[in-house]
Amino acid sequence: MKLAYWMYAGPAHIGTLRIASSFQNVLAIMHAPLGDDYFNVMRSMLERQKNLPKVTTNIIDRHVLTQGSANKIIRNIIRKDKEESPKLILITPTCTSSILQEDLDNFIKKSSLETNADVLLADINHYRNNEYQAADITLKQIIHFYIKKYTNSKISLTKEPSVNIIGAYSLAFHNQHDILELIKVLTELNIKINLILPKGASIEELEKLPKAWVNIVPYRETGILAAKWLKENFNIPYISTTPLGHENLAIWIKELEYCLKSKGRVNLNFNNFIENKTTFNSQSFWFSRSIDCQNLIGKSAVVFGDSTHVAAITKILKKDLGINILWAGTYCISDQNWFKHTLKEYTNNIFVSENYSVVEKLIKIASPDAIFGTQMERHVGKKLGIPCGVISAPIHIQNYPIGYRPFFGYEGANQLIDMIYNTFSLGMETILLEVFGGHDRQVTETASFLNKGDIYWTKEAENIFAQIPKIFQKKIKHKIDTYAASLNKTIVTPEILYKAKASLTK
Amino acid sequence: MKTLVQNKTNSYCETGNYHTFCPISCVSWLYQKIEDSFFLVIGTKTCGYFLQNALSVMIFSEPRYAMAQLEEGDISAQYNEYSELLKVCLKIKKDRLPKVIFWIGTCTTEIIKMDLESTAKKIEAEIEVPIVVANANGLDYSFTQGEDTVLAALIKKAPLRKNKSLNTTPQLFLFGSLPNFISTQLSLELSKQGIKVAGWLPSSKFTQLPSIAPGDFVCGVHPYLSRAAYTLIRQRECRLIIAPFPIGPDGTRAWIEKICVTLGYSISGLKEREKQIWNKLVSYTNKLEGKTVFFTGDNLLELSLARLLTSCKMKVCEIGIPYLDKRYQAGELELIEKICKEQGIRMPKIVEKPDNYNQLDRIREFQPELVITGMALANPLEARGINTKWSVEFTFAQIHGFGNSENLLKLITRPLSRTQHLVNT
Ligand code: SF4
Repeated sequence: MKLAYWMYAGPAHIGTLRIASSFQNVLAIMHAPLGDDYFNVMRSMLERQKNLPKVTTNIIDRHVLTQGSANKIIRNIIRKDKEESPKLILITPTCTSSILQEDLDNFIKKSSLETNADVLLADINHYRNNEYQAADITLKQIIHFYIKKYTNSKISLTKEPSVNIIGAYSLAFHNQHDILELIKVLTELNIKINLILPKGASIEELEKLPKAWVNIVPYRETGILAAKWLKENFNIPYISTTPLGHENLAIWIKELEYCLKSKGRVNLNFNNFIENKTTFNSQSFWFSRSIDCQNLIGKSAVVFGDSTHVAAITKILKKDLGINILWAGTYCISDQNWFKHTLKEYTNNIFVSENYSVVEKLIKIASPDAIFGTQMERHVGKKLGIPCGVISAPIHIQNYPIGYRPFFGYEGANQLIDMIYNTFSLGMETILLEVFGGHDRQVTETASFLNKGDIYWTKEAENIFAQIPKIFQKKIKHKIDTYAASLNKTIVTPEILYKAKASLTK
Repeated sequence: MKTLVQNKTNSYCETGNYHTFCPISCVSWLYQKIEDSFFLVIGTKTCGYFLQNALSVMIFSEPRYAMAQLEEGDISAQYNEYSELLKVCLKIKKDRLPKVIFWIGTCTTEIIKMDLESTAKKIEAEIEVPIVVANANGLDYSFTQGEDTVLAALIKKAPLRKNKSLNTTPQLFLFGSLPNFISTQLSLELSKQGIKVAGWLPSSKFTQLPSIAPGDFVCGVHPYLSRAAYTLIRQRECRLIIAPFPIGPDGTRAWIEKICVTLGYSISGLKEREKQIWNKLVSYTNKLEGKTVFFTGDNLLELSLARLLTSCKMKVCEIGIPYLDKRYQAGELELIEKICKEQGIRMPKIVEKPDNYNQLDRIREFQPELVITGMALANPLEARGINTKWSVEFTFAQIHGFGNSENLLKLITRPLSRTQHLVNT
């Protein structure tokens, strides 16, 4: 049993539902108590969905507990098949159904005899998988099932180079914009899109999945399993680099070039494209070289979120902008080896945790100039007076913007730099206001709080201390006290104060 | 409507396949109401995910609630439930110093048959903080019924008044959680008739629970509190005043009247009071008159709201409702029947345990001018050109008493006003 107030990743069934509801003609039936269809509310509210929900529930109630749900679930499957004629009905287990231990597989076999739709049981386990893992598993399961079902003859590649994009799905962070941006880049490179999965795809289209030359998996959390399986079975190479930021984009495009070459396009060369784009087409590349960004050098930040976004954005902060990364962390436990490995050259402190209070504590200890994190970190930042840019799910409705806000591609790089710059300068603005006495600068108040510890401050030292902006005072007092203690001093004089400052700023 | 099974005139029962909030959501308003409480929901990630999303920004203000998240070891009884819960409760006691801890049982604790009641007794003695156990799960209840189960459990903890001698005059207690501001308003309304409210359940502090004696009168302010009502009748031998609920000017008047009549007080100035309020609301009722409304049903307020809207001369196509307790809601049922008779219209159809899918068919058929429904259907219906009002708002908004009638009608007319606004611009 675990005491918990907040979690970063949702339960397994949410991941399955995000995949199922992304496809065009898939209907999910949750095996769950009344009230667990909250997913529909999220979809309708956050994504402002116009479509009627594609998720219904086979309700577990008292009656089911005593009689079992066999008849009810079979009836419901057949009913939904008639009412909405989907291609696939995906039965989705929940925490409740997983402890009932009914033979769902058997019910499904029975019902599928009477349905036009295929019926599948999502292969997930509430106690073993989280939302992201379940999404990954479910997507692979569906692809696997249909490719087995559809492909008997030999599959040939498309004539022109083409790719599948695996990783467009509902309720993901800025996903819709990201995918559009990828399409833009690919179109400019003259590469055809074979299939975008799962959002918007219909089940029948899965048949042509193996025709693509390369698979692109832009988000590490979801799609990798499917890509790996396609690699093993159809020898389709996949790219799992996140096309976020210039450097990653360049790597991504070179990888694409490499994969296409391996498939026979030996003359391809995207170098010019990359160079043109980077130097001329993109604002952010220049921006990070402009005078404004000089001010960011040496500023400190912490980064937390899913592994995809944290890894890519940490790299940009450190390499492009010279920001000191105090730590970087993720809640994606299952991907931690990759995460640690990728980030080790950008910061010395990498951690993996699903516990928000650990993250909060670490933010307090690091006390950075800016935070890049999820909604939770944004609120922590608010409490501590540290600005925060939101870079990863979990998110609220304001992170589903109507305007075009990709994180991927060249436009995404522009947007990201804006966001980073604004986050820091918002912090700067607050500080400047403090310095110039814009907000209530209660100089007199310092005395009471200064002499609270074991170290005594002289009146003169106090007066000098009062010049320091209020938001830094607590932190700086602590540092000076520690410094004085390290010299075995119990009184802080102006002299000690300046010495401490010199030693701290070096 | 061949799928409907008729119970009684105009009352039907469907498949129960509808959208509603899980009853553990009551935690969100009850922890705010009972200021010295802490709510511990003993469940899974599913429950936690629902709460953290449904509570939205509330969650960042360090609410006095938490999940005791069950892990695989808890399910397979590898871990000892007593020592696990003791650990969690000790931590809560240390960090938050609550005067009472509510344990909210969920579907999982129900299915694996955790004996929360007896574990609570042991831990209560150990940590010296009272523990109230309520099972507000999605197997048995919907949405607002969560409060009902919590209140029913709380009533068992309320102190008994000792002086049981026959000459103490019975007192009046009201039950149902309302913000203090609103409960005071209702108490004042009764005091205008000379009636003193001896206390409320829940009180805003656990340590100030009112003491009830056998023979006392009790009256509910919400339509979803039937368990609490029966607990008061059976376990506390109270006398229940069955009245319509104080929602809307008509309901409020009928509620006060019924209390007055039962307690033997004469009624003064109520009719005029109601009329005054209606006069103030003309601009709203004008907007509603003659329009059609459809309730898909999810929070048990539907009957009271439908009655109010019938008073506003709206035509109610269907009253979907999760569960209708005909005894506890008898006052409300009578009132709506009376209003219909006065207007010479038929009683609207009541559909218990509705089926959202079938309802969509009926909505297509009726083309109502307003659908009161949950968020899962609201945006899709709007996209199909049908005005909707998000039903959950009625649970959180202030809608009780004469004083909130305008607020309530404003909520209901808002979608219509918006449509008008969009048409005119
Ligand atoms: S329906 Fe049951 S499992 Fe779902 S959130 Fe409610 S109590 Fe938890």
